[in-house]
Amino acid sequence: MAEAARPAITIGDDAPPVILQHKRVLGVSVATWPKILMPLAVGILALAGWELAVRLQGIPVYILPGPILIAKTMVADWGTLSGSLWITLSISLAALSAAVVLGVSLSVLFAQSKWVELSFFPYAVILQVTPIVAIAPLIIIWVNDVKLSLLICAWIVAFFPILSNTTLGLNSADHNLLNLFQLYKATRFQTLMNLRLPSALPYFLGGLKISGGLALIGAVVAEFVAGTGGSQSGLAYRILESGYQLRIPRMFAALFMISISGIVIFMCLSLLSHLALRRWHESALKREN
Amino acid sequence: MIAADNAAANARPAGPSARPVVAVRGVAKLFSNGTLALQNVDLDIGRHQFMSLLGPSGCGKSTLLRMIAGLGSASAGTIDWPEADHDAHGAALPRLSFVFQEPTLMPWASAIKNVMLPLKLAGVPKEERRARAAEALAMVGLGAFENAYPRELSGGMKMRVSIARGMVTKPDVLLMDEPFAALDEITRFKLNNDLLELWHASNFTVVFVTHSVFESVYLSQRIVVMAARPGRIIADLDTAAPYPRAPDYRTSPLYNDHCRRASQALEVAMGHALGAH
Ligand SMILES: Nc1ncnc2c1ncn2[C@@H]1O[C@H](COP(=O)(O)OP(=O)(O)O)[C@@H](O)[C@H]1O
Ligand SMILES: [Mg+2]
Repeated sequence: MAEAARPAITIGDDAPPVILQHKRVLGVSVATWPKILMPLAVGILALAGWELAVRLQGIPVYILPGPILIAKTMVADWGTLSGSLWITLSISLAALSAAVVLGVSLSVLFAQSKWVELSFFPYAVILQVTPIVAIAPLIIIWVNDVKLSLLICAWIVAFFPILSNTTLGLNSADHNLLNLFQLYKATRFQTLMNLRLPSALPYFLGGLKISGGLALIGAVVAEFVAGTGGSQSGLAYRILESGYQLRIPRMFAALFMISISGIVIFMCLSLLSHLALRRWHESALKREN
Repeated sequence: MIAADNAAANARPAGPSARPVVAVRGVAKLFSNGTLALQNVDLDIGRHQFMSLLGPSGCGKSTLLRMIAGLGSASAGTIDWPEADHDAHGAALPRLSFVFQEPTLMPWASAIKNVMLPLKLAGVPKEERRARAAEALAMVGLGAFENAYPRELSGGMKMRVSIARGMVTKPDVLLMDEPFAALDEITRFKLNNDLLELWHASNFTVVFVTHSVFESVYLSQRIVVMAARPGRIIADLDTAAPYPRAPDYRTSPLYNDHCRRASQALEVAMGHALGAH
């Protein structure tokens, strides 16, 4: 900051807070490393224990394969599995995107009028509480395209947290700020863009993190229900298929890939949330004591 | 001595013949839950006046101030702006700003973005609003903190940003609802002086709500005292003294005299409030 920009009137109350620079290793602050290393250590220990148990007890492969065998299978079958992974992921991400677009648009609509919200919200709840396994067969019958029907199922599951959280967020704008906007004769649109949407951002991101995992679950569950094979099948069908063929290591490999996808989706969305909120929101700030 | 002080003070307020900036006539406010927050309030506020509304908690100060701001309508009576522009339907378009007890900043926006908000809403071009907001921030002594976020600022600094946001539109009337009540005394004294300096330099009208006798006497030329249940005006005190405030004003006989009169009025107000129960 230039000297010329010093305050004209000296500030008696206090100076700006001092921001301490944390020491960094490989671009990650020293304080963060344990958060990465601890869960990693637990995971490695668990896998080692599993491998050891399988070997010492002589558990047959068709009951429980060890992690090393699962990893080998994953590499050997990578051709088929990666194709399926891509299909499951693309359905999940498309469903999540649709959930974001429709969830946010609908909650903006709800925010325009309490009556619209009161009239339509219960139906969103119905959509949410109806088990997806129960309606998936119907959707699969109604929609000819399998991929599209899976996408719709995943969307139904992922949609509600975004709608409900964003609606809550849009209604949580500070009342005095709303007064201020009224005082300055802001239009509805100006209030939405400059006040309601930014206020809703943390809520929306919270919903998004939940919906990311749900979209994946929705896509997998719906594919189980559909149970259709072919070159266009996702990981759920690979699990079913491996079960029929008693190729248990491959079943586990597919299962692992679903779990890892879920974790990666969650981590990406958490990172997105952190980047969007880190400068201002309580959830992203460190407590300084 | 006192006469000389008054003469100096009278250099600023408008003469009695001038039209008021805002004229409150027979205003009442009945909330839907049955609370009669205001009854029969008459008040003329003169141009360039620094006026305080003093009263115990719950006497309707905020309600009155918010109605003057056009936030919420009166159940009875009128609030007129004789000097302001009016729209095609005859509604007044007073140029006013409001400073709340809390800084009420947008936490997702930097200090300068917060100050730019009223200009943005008014459709002022980007370059101009940045320049004007920077000027307003410099005026409250925060020129070096344009890009700081509210959470990075202390309570007093946030309040300064809030005042800069109020000033950036160059309002005719600045309405302040206990703006410094949450601050420590040292910070409050500092902000009191800075506010007076701004007011002295820029010629706007201030309506300052407070429940502190000392703060109202120190700041204002006129103190309107309110009582509760129902909220009404029970005293209108002339507390003129020269501006800028002398360093020893807080210990001067004039100040003490004003404080005594304001305290007496406030005691009457509280007596009324207690008597009603
Ligand atoms: N929105 C409201 N609905 C009902 N009663 C209210 C509302 N706002 C204020 N009141 C009541 O009106 C009275 C005056 O309130 P207020 O103007 O906030 O007082 P003050 O600012 O002087 O402390 C209080 O008794 C308060 O409880
Ligand atoms: Mg109040």
